[in-house]
Amino acid sequence: MSDRRIGVYICHCGGNISDYVDVDRVRKAVEGEGGVAVAKTAMFACSDATQQEMASDIQEQHLDGLVVASCSPKLHLHTFRDVARRAGLNPFQYTQVNVREQCSWAHTDDREGATDKAIRLVRGAIARTALTEPLEPIIIETVPRVLVVGAGISGLRAAIGLADLGISVYLVEKSPLAGGWIGKLGKMYPHGKDGKSLIAQLINELKKRENITLYTNAEIAEKSGSIGNFDVNLRVRGQEDTTISVNVGSIIVATGFDAYQPEEEEFGFGLDGVLTLPQFKELLDSSAGRPVFNGREIKNVAYIYCVGSRQQPEVENANRYCSRYCCNAAVHASIIALEKNPGMHQYHLYRDMRTYGKFELMYSQAREMGSYFLKFADDGPPVVERGYDGKLQVSLKDLLTFGEEIEIKADVVVLVTGMVPRKSPELVDVLKLPLGRDRFFNEIHPKLRPVETMVDGVYICGSCQGPKNSIESVASALSAVTQSASILKKGYVDLEPLIASVHQDLCNGCGECVATCPYAAIEMEQQQGRSVAAINRALCKGCGGCVPLCPANAIDLKGYTDAQVRSMIDALLKETCQNE
Amino acid sequence: MTATNNESKDYAPKILAFSTNNISDPGIDLAGSSHMHYPTSAMVFSMPCTSGIKPEWILYAMEKGFDGVFIASDGEECAYLPDCAERSAKIAEEAQELLREKGYEPKRLRMSAICSVCAEPFTNQIKDFYNMLKNLGPARKG
Repeated sequence: MSDRRIGVYICHCGGNISDYVDVDRVRKAVEGEGGVAVAKTAMFACSDATQQEMASDIQEQHLDGLVVASCSPKLHLHTFRDVARRAGLNPFQYTQVNVREQCSWAHTDDREGATDKAIRLVRGAIARTALTEPLEPIIIETVPRVLVVGAGISGLRAAIGLADLGISVYLVEKSPLAGGWIGKLGKMYPHGKDGKSLIAQLINELKKRENITLYTNAEIAEKSGSIGNFDVNLRVRGQEDTTISVNVGSIIVATGFDAYQPEEEEFGFGLDGVLTLPQFKELLDSSAGRPVFNGREIKNVAYIYCVGSRQQPEVENANRYCSRYCCNAAVHASIIALEKNPGMHQYHLYRDMRTYGKFELMYSQAREMGSYFLKFADDGPPVVERGYDGKLQVSLKDLLTFGEEIEIKADVVVLVTGMVPRKSPELVDVLKLPLGRDRFFNEIHPKLRPVETMVDGVYICGSCQGPKNSIESVASALSAVTQSASILKKGYVDLEPLIASVHQDLCNGCGECVATCPYAAIEMEQQQGRSVAAINRALCKGCGGCVPLCPANAIDLKGYTDAQVRSMIDALLKETCQNE
Repeated sequence: MTATNNESKDYAPKILAFSTNNISDPGIDLAGSSHMHYPTSAMVFSMPCTSGIKPEWILYAMEKGFDGVFIASDGEECAYLPDCAERSAKIAEEAQELLREKGYEPKRLRMSAICSVCAEPFTNQIKDFYNMLKNLGPARKG
């Protein structure tokens, strides 16, 4: 029998639990369990009064384990860990049992069954808790420097933001010039200011700050270390390649996007006069007067939207996502075109217009200025051909006029191309960055942790994460600045100690686990003349993926050990009084 | 006397469901928050990632009295391991092999991807699995 002293608290949650589960019966059923020293019910376990009572019990009854049966751990895991910590009990000897979302609320139709299940779940948690050991958070000191990868608008703005917080920045740009996509753009919405001048302004600010170092023609070659203290080697191209080593506390990736490159013959791509949106933008920005193509004034333009975005699932490696910037960019381009040549006829062939938020005004403006909007079906894309007269001819069925067949003669057809992830296998490989299904870099949680990645200390921002316009990119860049600063200004980070651990006496040194860890968190080391596996505590993510792959059963995940799982299974199955 | 498929009317198959802290467990929570019902004999144990389940645990659960094991996997959404789906599939295959060796029907283990809003798919899967196990009879015969 367990010689532990565990406190068990079963919450009514007002009635959210006790209306459907007989909490007193649960308490009676578990109070005699081995290792249970205190078993109580509470109207609201999370209330200040009950937290206080738990803390007193922990101290007065010398509890060495805590179980709270209440709501989902997503809500109060940290609340009760903190109660334990405040009372001097190791927070990792606390277990939360979800008897609300996963019991009372799911079984509002079966009080007997729900009560029986709650008893089993609480017993399971007691069994797990009886086998907990005190764990200390892993404390890592941080160095107050950041590496920013990519000097587009996001990277530049992030670098300035960090510098102003007193954090030194190494800014690395792969191409010969900082500025990215925005650095090539002319007039932008809504202020009519040139992209070029926005970038010039940022670079001017950059130059004023001594704690920013910009490397162009440079990229990341190697990385070692972990959150708070990374050693990174940069490769700088020149007459001869040079390697620069930097030591940073965090890394912000702002590598941006690539423009979708249409396939040959996709909407006539390859025919003279069929341009992508970036090509057409460049043509407009470089025209002083009326825009001209092949020496002839452009009188008729047809825009085809959603090229390379929102592709049908049948397309190989389909880009299913909406690139979100292109409707706005194309509508804006048409306004600029009309300003340069008020006589121009423009036809917008779209699937759905997504000029969201303030961009709606721009859409209205384009319509008022005389642009025509025609809608085609998802499965009825327009066809672009070279007509007999040598002109480009676009035909479609227009849904707005109930499927009328329309033919448009155009001097230029603009394919409104979306954003695709930049192919950067080296970067993915060096930083171990996870990719999403859309092949953009993936955050941990889109709403709650939008710029953090699974690699601690590595943040993402801007359009390397997914389609964003420059406004959204800069907002996310500044959020990556905040996240970086929050760990670097404090001087240390503490990491959850629920990570893998190797029973080195059982390890046979086969090394199979080393290859299975994508975070390179397992290394072989020499122990008493034997080669055995060891976990790098700062790199291990605590996924447990190595656990079942060890042929010697020598790896356990803390909090989810082999002994805990088996003991919990036994406890879940122990018959409740009801069934006896 | 050995149990037959239809013998015990009050035989409620016990199901151990493995879920994951960040993806499938929120989906299962959502089923509860929406007051969607499923059998009370299904009990959930949440872990960081289904790639960390030992096949031996599944056999152990069956030997000790569970009638079925359900893995609510992350599918393609796992934030830890890009090959999580393949790893979990391999674990399920190995577990089924262990079950077969010990005389348990491999279909007593079922795996399905459950996302963080997959409340209805989860309850449907569990109900369906429960009915299948009910027809199959208890895992421990005799």
